[in-house]
Amino acid sequence: MASVSPEFALLLAGVLFCLGLIGVIVRRNLLFILLCVEIMLNAAGLAFVVAGARWGQPDGQVMFIFLLTMAAAEVAVGLALLILHFNRRKTLNADMMGGG
Amino acid sequence: MLSWIWCIPALPFAGFLVLAVFGGRLSRTLTAVIGAGSVGLSFLAAAAASALFVSYPPAGSSYTLLLWQWVNVTGFSPAISFTLDSLSVVMILVVTGVGFLIHLYSTRFMLDEEGYSRFFAYMNLFVGSMLILVMAENLLLLYLGWEGVGLCSYLLIGFWYTDPENGRSARKAFIVTRIGDVSLSIALFIIATTLGTLDVREIAQKAAAMWPVGSALAVATAALLLGGAVGKSAQLPLQTWLPDAMAGPSPVSALIHAATMVTAGVYLIARTHVLFQLAPAVLLAVAVIGAAGILIAGLSATTQRNIKRILAYSTMSQLGYMFLALGVGAWSGAIFHLVTHAFFKSLLFLGAGVVILAMNHEHDVFAMGGMARKSPFTFWTFLIGAFALAAIPPTTAGLSSKDLILSQAWQSGSAGKVFWALGIAGAFVTSVYIFRLVFIVFGGKPRAAAPAGHAAAPAHSHGAPAGTGAAAGRNGMQAGAVMGLPLFLLAVLCLVGGFLSFPQFLGGKPILVGFLQMTLPQGAVAAEASVQTEWMLSIIAEAASLLGIPAAWLIVRMRVRALEAGGAPVSAAEPAHVRFLQGGWGFDWLYDQVFVKPFMLLAKVNVRDVVDRVFDGVGGLNMLLSRGLRWTQNGRVRWYAAGAAAGAVLIVAAVVLL
Repeated sequence: MASVSPEFALLLAGVLFCLGLIGVIVRRNLLFILLCVEIMLNAAGLAFVVAGARWGQPDGQVMFIFLLTMAAAEVAVGLALLILHFNRRKTLNADMMGGG
Repeated sequence: MLSWIWCIPALPFAGFLVLAVFGGRLSRTLTAVIGAGSVGLSFLAAAAASALFVSYPPAGSSYTLLLWQWVNVTGFSPAISFTLDSLSVVMILVVTGVGFLIHLYSTRFMLDEEGYSRFFAYMNLFVGSMLILVMAENLLLLYLGWEGVGLCSYLLIGFWYTDPENGRSARKAFIVTRIGDVSLSIALFIIATTLGTLDVREIAQKAAAMWPVGSALAVATAALLLGGAVGKSAQLPLQTWLPDAMAGPSPVSALIHAATMVTAGVYLIARTHVLFQLAPAVLLAVAVIGAAGILIAGLSATTQRNIKRILAYSTMSQLGYMFLALGVGAWSGAIFHLVTHAFFKSLLFLGAGVVILAMNHEHDVFAMGGMARKSPFTFWTFLIGAFALAAIPPTTAGLSSKDLILSQAWQSGSAGKVFWALGIAGAFVTSVYIFRLVFIVFGGKPRAAAPAGHAAAPAHSHGAPAGTGAAAGRNGMQAGAVMGLPLFLLAVLCLVGGFLSFPQFLGGKPILVGFLQMTLPQGAVAAEASVQTEWMLSIIAEAASLLGIPAAWLIVRMRVRALEAGGAPVSAAEPAHVRFLQGGWGFDWLYDQVFVKPFMLLAKVNVRDVVDRVFDGVGGLNMLLSRGLRWTQNGRVRWYAAGAAAGAVLIVAAVVLL
């Protein structure tokens, strides 16, 4: 299997991270913000895997499994909060959260 | 044996505390009993202490009571300690004795005023402070009393505070004397730093040992002490506050601005006489200030219309005699004159108080008249006071003290003759102004019916709304027993007070002067003048005083004729020289132009304080920053996220690049 050079992989991770960040900042919908946070998490996970592959260590993949677990928990809590919020405010607009 | 003398100043302080704390709830009778009683007890204590002191003279002819250590910093350790020597014995007797008589008089005089207990609280505080001043063993404690009497003077001048004019007079007195106080405190700093002590006797020893006569430090210290003395004693050039201080009630003028506080300057110079002897130039300045004060104030007194201002200028003039005496080295003569002056001037002020009450708080002498028939008792006592002030027999009080001063001035070198001549001129002027007052107020017919006089009365018509309202019903009030007794006793003292130290060539004995010379030096008099010289000097002085009576009568006759021709008294049309004298030789005007006006201008220019701008700038910058930062705290989650991201980018960039 032709290996991908680490530079490209890290670049991809960076692009993914930036996309996620921009999404968090730009999107108003809470659901999309949550999705963008997931993208950022996965970008970080990708960077771990790349780094692990680069040095031939398993630690990167171990970290990725941690990340997945954490992301699952985070999504569970996040979605629950989101639903609660929607029930209260009847909106998912992040800019409408403050003040009330 | 004398270890209880602390209670002499403590009693008035106790009276002050009781009156200050419970004042509002006590009845007027009880207030009067506490107010006058505490000073009366203090007088008894002082008299007992003096008797013990005289009969069993302590070693070194002075007794010191150390109460406790005040401070102790690197060897500088002033104590709270009182000293009893011949000088302070005389002073405490005058302060408590005359003070008690004035308190007694005030119990009736102030009866219809608001703030009866406030008045007595202040008066007691004053007497206590004055006693601390004269009994203090070191100059720091003296300074405490010095400031205390200054405070009481301020409080009592502004006693009728509802009239802003009285408050202004009180502030003026406080600020002008403060200039002197600053000078005094600098003198204390110099003494404390160079001699390392403020104890009067140690100062005397160390200064005499360390400073040669006429050395710069001695001259500077003496000059600064003199600055304090002229402020307190209303001498040139800080004399302008005293005439305005007459805004206070008459007993206050009698106690503070005639008998006691204003003589504190004389006492200070006598107490620190060693320093002045080390600075002959300053001693000469004392005499010059005194001689100039005698004439400047005396001539001003001849033109005043306000009865109390006449007496105020008279006080300045008599204090001038005391300064003259100090300056020519007649130390005991100055203190002797201080004592007799306390007798006759408080008598005159108390008598004037009766007249003022009888005239419904009218102060313009030209609105008065015929008081001799209306209140003969006041007239006779006042006349005795006037005779004593002018040093004319049968009174002896002013006579023997002034005689002593003038003869010592005559004998004190070449400049002494000039001072003597000025003193003689002063005696003539004294006689003129006081008999002018007597003739106008007590002679002739009542002129009170002239309402124009009220309107035109030159300022200082006492705005005591509460007082005048209450007083309206007692027009023509007589002295009464409570007010009469002090007048009577003071008149007796004026008649016989001179025998305390009657001139020797008249067969008298210098009892008081001899007593004082246990503490004060004998003076510069080397050779005793011959009896013939003494007689000649006395006769010349007496002639000058007696000549003043017809002169005063002529002035009054001219003036009264003009009054009767013109109807109401005219104040606007006074000739220029009279207005000049009435204004106290334009000193007020001068100080207004030189100090007050530029200061007010500066204050107006700088109304938005320059220094404040800096701090306002700091505040403004913070407000600006806060406004900028407040904008970031907008409650929008996405903004915060963006902020966190930007921060992270910055940190990463910094890590990468640096």
